[in-house]
Amino acid sequence: MAERVLMKGNEAIAEAAIRAGCRHYFGYPITPQTEIAAYMAKKMPKIGGVFLQAESEIASINMVYGAAAAGMRVMTSSSSPGISLKSEGLSYIAGSDVPAFVVNVQRGGPGLGGIQPSQSDYFQATKGGGHGDYRMIVLAPASVQEMASLTVKGFNLADKYLMTAMILADGTIGQMMEPITFEDVEVESYDKPWALTGTKLRRKHNIVNSLYLKPDELERKNFERYERYRTVEENEVMYEEYMMEDAEVCVVAFGIASRVAKNAVAQARSEGVRVGLIRPITLWPFPSKVLRQAAEKVKSFVCVELNMGQMIEDVRLAIECTRPVSLCNRTGGMIPSPDQVLASIREAQKGGN
Amino acid sequence: MDHKRITLFAGHYGSGKTNIAVNYALLLAREGKKTAIADLDIVNPYFRTKDSASDLEAAGVDLISPQFANTNVDLPALPAEAYRLVEDKSIFAVMDVGGDDRGAYALGRYAPFILEEEDYCMAFVANPCRPLTRTPEEALEVMREIETAGGVPFTAIVNNANLAHETTPETVLAAIPYMERLSKLSGLPIWLTSAEETVAAGLAGKIPHLLPMKLQAKYFDLPEQKGPPRVRPLFG
Repeated sequence: MAERVLMKGNEAIAEAAIRAGCRHYFGYPITPQTEIAAYMAKKMPKIGGVFLQAESEIASINMVYGAAAAGMRVMTSSSSPGISLKSEGLSYIAGSDVPAFVVNVQRGGPGLGGIQPSQSDYFQATKGGGHGDYRMIVLAPASVQEMASLTVKGFNLADKYLMTAMILADGTIGQMMEPITFEDVEVESYDKPWALTGTKLRRKHNIVNSLYLKPDELERKNFERYERYRTVEENEVMYEEYMMEDAEVCVVAFGIASRVAKNAVAQARSEGVRVGLIRPITLWPFPSKVLRQAAEKVKSFVCVELNMGQMIEDVRLAIECTRPVSLCNRTGGMIPSPDQVLASIREAQKGGN
Repeated sequence: MDHKRITLFAGHYGSGKTNIAVNYALLLAREGKKTAIADLDIVNPYFRTKDSASDLEAAGVDLISPQFANTNVDLPALPAEAYRLVEDKSIFAVMDVGGDDRGAYALGRYAPFILEEEDYCMAFVANPCRPLTRTPEEALEVMREIETAGGVPFTAIVNNANLAHETTPETVLAAIPYMERLSKLSGLPIWLTSAEETVAAGLAGKIPHLLPMKLQAKYFDLPEQKGPPRVRPLFG
């Protein structure tokens, strides 16, 4: 068995990124993700990599854009307000079809908000953030192990589909410590014939660009890109089901909220309530199909989120509003207690049809 | 157990300093000592000494914590009250120092008082399961960095080998050669071995100077993580 080490979520991302072949890190410090930058600062010089603390978030995302265009495995990380600043660059990266890996260890918002954990960047991550028609693959880890595993997975997917893969974590998973193993996801490598590596006068030059002078050409690019997105939706959905076999109530939660929800589900089960949990691991592509199937069996849904109710919109859309969906939430850096979730489960069991 | 007037716990971040400091303060209180603990961590935003405030209060331990601990204010400021630990010689003081050299800078302002009084134990908390201190040589490097930053030389080593809920007595026993090597390299004794209380029960008689620890339950502990430690299947 591969050796187990005790790591902080943020460190696990940094170490996994290095193991996935990332040798370029550009960032700007912000709590609660600074350990990623600190780990990179310590390790990159020892392995011939680049750690660069840029003058701002905007500079760092454009450095990511540049290194990605050159075909490098490259990443940046930040927390909520910093991701807002990076959003312009994320749109340019999407418009240029280059692979990038970005981490958002969320904190409370809006505005400067606070440093405590939050999930209130769900809309930003899954619906855009930057301008224009584009998608990012959004991965939501619920353990330190998944921080590592989904990082490797994220680099693979970004290269495979020429788009940004984002880890949408939160302050708690970034800061907490758990034992993990690294070698559980294989590092894949992809040819990058489009990369700006210098022609050496042996080939036609490559161009990485997001500006199109002719509208029909831009439209065609967007159509092509969305064809690729459809392939992602068909092939890359990940989720976990917990005690769903005979469930009457389905709790939907991702990331740290899913851990609290899991405790509440286990408690409710011990009281004889037939409840289960569906935990989306990819927030985009969203596991709509599995929720639609669940809607045929359960009476009602409960969304547990650390925000004012964001993923709940995708749940309602996925099940086409055929079942009632209630929200159990805290926000601003507060965490719902298992008892609060339990109360919502009991309430949901009474409702529905 | 013999106690110095001031006991400091420092080490690589994530090595377990806060848990040990809290449990050591509780031990002092149980032995009837007038005890105070100070959170000197200026690095970590989450999981602080203050999380154990109710346990400490119940045991009669005086908790000195930065004013902004566990709030949204990300300000590395220490309370003036922390000076009491070095000035009031009637109390047994425990200091929870922040991780690595960055965390130990905060110690600098108290260092002259601590060195002058000469009644302290500066304990290096070591966990070989942490990726940046996998070898005794790496741990020694961290030790030297902390001493340079904090200005207080280490006097002892704490074996806190652990893999969180997966820790077994074997995890702790397997770390003994590591600790002995670190002891040899640094010239410092292995003073304590700290372990979660059920793990510590399995170590009784096998290892001297045990500090059994009660660890705080966390809201994000999973149902399968409760109960005795075991290895969980990995995400596939």
